[in-house]
Amino acid sequence: MTDPEVRYDITLNINGTPYEISVPARRLLSDAIRHDLGMTGTHVGCEHGVCGACTVLVDDRPMRSCLMFAVSAEGLSIKTIEGLAGADGSLHPVQQAFRDCHALQCGFCTPGFMMTIAAGIVDNPAPDADQAREMISGNLCRCTGYQNIQAAVLRAAQLASTAVPR
Amino acid sequence: MKPSRFTYHRPTSVEQALGLLDELGPHAKVLAGGQSLIPIMNMRLAAPEHIIDINRIHELTKITIDDDKVVVGALVRHADLQSDSGVAAAVPVIAQALGLVAHPAIRNRGTTVGSIVHADPSAEMPAVLALTGGTLQVASVTGQRDIAADELFIGPLETSMRPGEMAISATFPVGPASVRTTITEVSRRHGDYALAGVALRLDVENGDVRSAAVAYFALASVPVLVDLTDQFVGPLSGLDLQAVADVAVAGLEPEDDIHATAAYRLQLARTLTYRALCQLAEQE
Repeated sequence: MTDPEVRYDITLNINGTPYEISVPARRLLSDAIRHDLGMTGTHVGCEHGVCGACTVLVDDRPMRSCLMFAVSAEGLSIKTIEGLAGADGSLHPVQQAFRDCHALQCGFCTPGFMMTIAAGIVDNPAPDADQAREMISGNLCRCTGYQNIQAAVLRAAQLASTAVPR
Repeated sequence: MKPSRFTYHRPTSVEQALGLLDELGPHAKVLAGGQSLIPIMNMRLAAPEHIIDINRIHELTKITIDDDKVVVGALVRHADLQSDSGVAAAVPVIAQALGLVAHPAIRNRGTTVGSIVHADPSAEMPAVLALTGGTLQVASVTGQRDIAADELFIGPLETSMRPGEMAISATFPVGPASVRTTITEVSRRHGDYALAGVALRLDVENGDVRSAAVAYFALASVPVLVDLTDQFVGPLSGLDLQAVADVAVAGLEPEDDIHATAAYRLQLARTLTYRALCQLAEQE
């Protein structure tokens, strides 16, 4: 490598806070979140869009942060697992449901599942078991066998429907 | 698993984007949803020197529904097209197919036109364009042109688009209300690319089939469209649909790869065709 790589000054809006960073064009959003901003809750598994571990919400929709460049994410509203719990530390219905249903073992895939389900139960507030499976079909888990995660989808929907909106 | 370095361009109009494509030549790649491009960049199977990010070109985000066609802009995400009730009513096979395209998180970012011009032979949307007799609108600094689906796909990941051209939209003709469609596939895991896939279109009037066609994907290097109209003589209810399926797949010559043998793919094609025929024959 000869010339220093050109860096781009961008502002990322993450969990409601603007962050100014300087990154090369090729910086993946997942790496910007983890390396440049130090928010290591978003996990990186396969880096080609298959595993779902890096899923974040972009303008409230789940997307793969490993399949976006940080420079492209300028001006978009990003939500990561760090932004899921309430400001007072109260658990999001999805987090509470994972605890209730024992829906994680090693925890590596958990942030991606939670972001997927957090958006999924907004789209479909009362999923049945099939719809719960479909909702999480784009996320891989190598520990649980998925049964408890599916149960957590149903539980999260139940908790969200009775929760006081924040 | 990190992309190699590139220079980033973010035009805000089609005109600007085309100017950049013209200026930067073959070293530039257009980035829309990136759900196919970024994985291959991450794996360094592709290393474009320039990326032209068209995500801020708002004129490309439109879905237009007319009496005779649905026009899908190059930045329309799969998820938005899938949930559009007007599109589902006008060209039902679009939404039917999009349910098979990857997973919701991919569909939220990936674009339908991007999937078409990526021209993966195992992908659903190129086959849908072929089945509906659709066209792709492309533009360059020298002008616009339409490319018919049967002239667009020339090989795996290869289209007849010329250097300097960018896809602007895809147009899907609206069929008469008597058209029935379905799409079905077998994949190793739900949401994966298909091992074999079938999209079927029957135009049925008073129990007689006026026209019939099937588009296969993952069974050749490009989508394969087979006209089956001649196979439907007499009332639909009396036909041997297995025989029709046998004729439909007779010209297919799938190849072995690490995912499946050619014989298995052919058997899948035959079975899926038969199931699709049965489904549409029973439909009212």
